[in-house]
Amino acid sequence: MKKLLEVKNLRVSFHSYSGEVEAVRGVSFHVNEGESVAIVGESGCGKSVTARTVMGLTQCPPGEIKEGSEIIFDGRDITKFSEKEWQRYRGGDCAIIFQDALAALNPTLTVGHQIEEKLKLHGIKDKKEAYSETVRLLTAVGIPNPEKRYKAYPHEFSGGMRQRIMIAIAIACNPGLLIADEPTTALDVTIQADIIDLIKELVKEHNTAVIMITHDLGVVADMAERIIVMYAGKVVEEGSSEDIFYKTKHPYTRALLNSVPRLDLDEEKELEFIEGAPPDMTDPPKGCAFAGRCPYCMEICTKEEPPCYEFNEGHTAHCWKYHEYAEGLFGEVEE
Amino acid sequence: MKSFVFKRTVQMIFVLFLVSVFSFGIIHFSPGDPLAMYKQPGMHKMTVEQEEALKEELGLNGTVTDQYIGWAKKTLNGDLGTSISNRLPVKDQIFERIPATAGLMAASLVISIVCAVPLGLIAGMYNNKWQDNLISTFTYFGISIPAFWFGIVLIILFSLKLNILPSGGMRTIGVDSTWDLIKHGILPALVLSVNNTAVFVRYIRANTITQMKEEYVMTAKSKGASGTGILFYHVLKNCMLPVITLVGSRFGMFITGSFVVESVFSWPGIGQLGMSAVNNRDYPMIMGITMLSCIALLLGNFLADILYGFADPRIKQGKE
Repeated sequence: MKKLLEVKNLRVSFHSYSGEVEAVRGVSFHVNEGESVAIVGESGCGKSVTARTVMGLTQCPPGEIKEGSEIIFDGRDITKFSEKEWQRYRGGDCAIIFQDALAALNPTLTVGHQIEEKLKLHGIKDKKEAYSETVRLLTAVGIPNPEKRYKAYPHEFSGGMRQRIMIAIAIACNPGLLIADEPTTALDVTIQADIIDLIKELVKEHNTAVIMITHDLGVVADMAERIIVMYAGKVVEEGSSEDIFYKTKHPYTRALLNSVPRLDLDEEKELEFIEGAPPDMTDPPKGCAFAGRCPYCMEICTKEEPPCYEFNEGHTAHCWKYHEYAEGLFGEVEE
Repeated sequence: MKSFVFKRTVQMIFVLFLVSVFSFGIIHFSPGDPLAMYKQPGMHKMTVEQEEALKEELGLNGTVTDQYIGWAKKTLNGDLGTSISNRLPVKDQIFERIPATAGLMAASLVISIVCAVPLGLIAGMYNNKWQDNLISTFTYFGISIPAFWFGIVLIILFSLKLNILPSGGMRTIGVDSTWDLIKHGILPALVLSVNNTAVFVRYIRANTITQMKEEYVMTAKSKGASGTGILFYHVLKNCMLPVITLVGSRFGMFITGSFVVESVFSWPGIGQLGMSAVNNRDYPMIMGITMLSCIALLLGNFLADILYGFADPRIKQGKE
């Protein structure tokens, strides 16, 4: 399969009064055409920064994309884009759905205008054509009465409907890559599944690749083909959905999976959580970033960064436990 | 909408009442005698009876409370009394001068907004860069320069040295052209607008900075919009909303502000009338002008609230 997006050794820092915050520290991954990839991790692990940098939305300054970072989209290095090329790329090749649709939509413009704006920016100049395309998009994302709702303002919609508008804006002009930055986090649980289903359906229809950013493994379980687990600005484990869920290798991934509430387990059992807090990113630890919270921590973990170990095709983890002198971790989980 | 208008009208009447009480009190407790101009040295000396009769005629006898009640009764009947200094009805004199002041106000408001919107947007867009620093330096000057000083400097420069604009008045005697009127109005309108322009620029700049940080700007960027596209299509409208309120609340200031400017440029408007009324302790005239600027201020705020409802789709006072 053809690689649509390839991120190589991406490093992003933010300069603040308390020093340089190293938000992303050498992340590499790729997304194939039409593939769904999820980036999972807790708050502050750098997943949103990674996604926004791919979209070219990182403010520089205070942000800084470090020398040596490469983001290759369809054969072009986007970090070297000119402003004009960026404008064509954003929205045309790559689109994003934000978490909070109320904040992400302009309160003083009708939703119809906000969708049409993107169509006009990417080639549809004819007014009538733009209007009918907007109505088609509103219908596609399941807005009832699209002609009438075209003239409505964002605050006149419910939370779920607003997120549908965001999706309509994102899929307009058929971008090759769709980034969904926690698209369901701000929504009612009852609506979350609808929104995920809608994204899945639309993406399949147009063979769009998706990067789904989330901290909720439940959300990605049945959508993502591959999952990338991030911790403290680094990728700790990467693999197919099955590898991550059933052949977990990294202790952080395991801890993350254990902290998802489950209905099929004993009620008496307390929900597990990960003790401690993520490290301070103005001064990241020398060895493995998870060492301080890891129940299997060894001496070397605090001193040197763990190398990458590959288990089967495309399943990798960064953990010293898989060194030839260590005993390894976790057998395969019974399905 | 109806209940909103009703509520605000009651509020405004109450405020007007309080303002009338306070200003009436302040005028009467301040030193000076309205009859002083009748008693200047060299003039025929009035007898006690004559003075009493004059006081009676002008409504100046009795306690302050009696005088206030007398004034209020007449005012409610639409009669603002007669001026002490020239014995002409106050209302007629004020109405006669409204066009001059209103024209000046409108011109200065247009100048302020036309200058302030682009300057504020640029300053906000280039926050803390040289463009912003340059514009901000000018706004600090604009806020701090006293109108009378700036007016005199302009007169010296354009009337005395360059001799291209008249130094005062509204028309050249014998000339009745619009161009002549504009030539007379440029300097006072400019002076009157400097302070407002500076204040508007500060507001628009601050709004632009806040709005640029909003997430919808990020969405617009992610759609592929350019910097100027975002500024004019998305940010401008959101920035201008608070400015509507600001213009409304400064409406009364235009009349009080024109006191000084009209005096400097001998502009025959309400400000000049008010200035001489204050100097002569012309009580009915002072009250009339005070009430007028109070009404202008209240109506300005009221209109701003209603306009805001039309401009911002989130606030629809029209819906019931």
